[in-house]
Amino acid sequence: MAAGDGEPIVLSKPPSRLYRAWDSDIFYSYRRSPVTIIASIVVVIIVGAALLAPWIAPYDPFNPASLNLMDGFTPPFSESRMGNFYLLGTDNQGRDVFSTILYGSRISLFVGFSATLFAMALGISLGLVAGYQGGTADAVIMRIADVQLSFPAILIALLIFGIARGIIPPSQQESMAVYVLIVAIGLANWAQFARTVRGATMVERQKDYVSAARIMGVHPVLILARHVLPNVMGPVMVIATIGLALAIIEEATLSFLGVGVPPTQPSLGTLIRIGQQYLFSGEWWILFFPALTLVLLALSVNLLGDWLRDALNPRLR
Amino acid sequence: MQPVLSVKNLTVQFPTRRGTLTAVDNISFDIMPGEVLGVVGESGAGKSMTGSAVIGLIEPPGRISNGEILLQGERIDNLGPDQMRRYRGKRIGMVFQDPLTSLNPLYTVAEQLIETIRTHMPLSSADARKRAIRLLDDVGIPAAERRIDDYPHQFSGGMRQRVVIALALCADPALVIADEPTTALDVSVQAQIIDVMKNMCAEYGAAIMLITHDMGVIAETADRVAVMYAGRIAEIGPVRDVITDAKHPYTAGLMGSIPTLATNSDRLTQIPGSMPRLSAIPKGCAFNPRCPHAFDRCFVERPEPIVSGTRRVACWLHAPEEQAA
Repeated sequence: MAAGDGEPIVLSKPPSRLYRAWDSDIFYSYRRSPVTIIASIVVVIIVGAALLAPWIAPYDPFNPASLNLMDGFTPPFSESRMGNFYLLGTDNQGRDVFSTILYGSRISLFVGFSATLFAMALGISLGLVAGYQGGTADAVIMRIADVQLSFPAILIALLIFGIARGIIPPSQQESMAVYVLIVAIGLANWAQFARTVRGATMVERQKDYVSAARIMGVHPVLILARHVLPNVMGPVMVIATIGLALAIIEEATLSFLGVGVPPTQPSLGTLIRIGQQYLFSGEWWILFFPALTLVLLALSVNLLGDWLRDALNPRLR
Repeated sequence: MQPVLSVKNLTVQFPTRRGTLTAVDNISFDIMPGEVLGVVGESGAGKSMTGSAVIGLIEPPGRISNGEILLQGERIDNLGPDQMRRYRGKRIGMVFQDPLTSLNPLYTVAEQLIETIRTHMPLSSADARKRAIRLLDDVGIPAAERRIDDYPHQFSGGMRQRVVIALALCADPALVIADEPTTALDVSVQAQIIDVMKNMCAEYGAAIMLITHDMGVIAETADRVAVMYAGRIAEIGPVRDVITDAKHPYTAGLMGSIPTLATNSDRLTQIPGSMPRLSAIPKGCAFNPRCPHAFDRCFVERPEPIVSGTRRVACWLHAPEEQAA
């Protein structure tokens, strides 16, 4: 990039998008934070392993034909009575703990991501409307959010889950469980997004470029989508990241309480619930490894969120 | 000739807990094609509110409670939102005070200009881009062809204000409203921006409504000036006449308070007192508590603008019957 000695300064081709991204302040702060790098590697490994579960899992834990009850309660790093090797041991039914974790984190991540996306979509749109419109719409939306924020999110999710249970016919409950869970956790978490977006929208709408767009005759929906939304996305990304960790934990909590996904399709929370029954009889690994995965995942996502918050905050640069 | 903008008996009010405040009180003025009308006054005199009323950006609970606004002979104050947006967006351009916030930080200048041009003109994006580059060139952005793809933060304040001027002019408007366009700028850049704006509007045939509290800017730029006080027009007329021979005592006070190098005094002259709060405008003439020439009638009866030579003055001193007496 630098012009050589004595050469006339030639404005060369602008740097590529990739280079500009690499050279940006955000990437700079990323490269300088070892904790963040480790956290992101952990997240990538867990997410990658979950996505590739059908290919890398040594056993299929959900195929009753391949299960062997005689292999139950095999400790980690050891050969079972039937001569199979299990990296992280097996549970009471002889399911390979490593494989169940792979499949379990798949469900946990799917529910976590979907619920967060749902909460984001709902919270952002309501927050935009409240912040831009003001008046009655603002009052109604924000009071609902306030009321909801005065309850623990898990309680709201439980309540919604319970109501859904009552509405959905029993024959479909099993297959709908994951979606009900997504909606329940999403509805429990939208208020944070709405609050943040509303505040940021109220700041943006005062700015002259929004007035300019209004004078020009741009439709309010288009103003919100094209002008306001991109400018409020910074703080939203931070809450979304931390919200993802929260959603994963909420899903685990619900599943641990036995109201989440069915035991035939266990998530990390379900695995922990199964494992805690055997904790006091010495089979610690059934609980320990799923719990460790959950902690690592939630912690890493949280650390990423923390870093993002600092990196996007101009006052902390 | 038909005026570009014609404001008749405009009143803007804000209902509040303590009664209705009148921010703009029964004002009337015309702007002719190609003319530059300066609007001056202290903070809170209603200058910006007048501008907002013309472009329809009065925020609730404020509302236009009386009067009409005509743009090229058509009423624009009572149009439906859709019509209004289409109509006013094309024919009125706006230059705001703060060039930092009047461009969206997340889009390049090209994107913002092209979008605006294409909203109002049936041009292909390639043609719109050509027009955008020409506009930037005209407002004095060097190497416009290359800089057009830059983001707003890559421009200095003065350059950004030039971009805003280009943006205001890109749909060939009949009128440009400039609300304190130089207040946020470096003094050395102010004169350039005023020049650019004046030349551009002349070239593109747009009239200007220039809102400012800087008498110097008005003197250099405007053809006519309207002096506002407490939501009313105190005096309106050709700039030269108003500056050299102010008829309203408030205008005279304003002129007198501009420091000059010729006189050598320790204290700057000022108008005693301050502008009344909107909730406590005195009966009769709003300026009566501060006016050195106030007499009985000023405390009782509100003066309506009186034609006096080339201008209109809202002051009883200039009423024919008072002068005869």
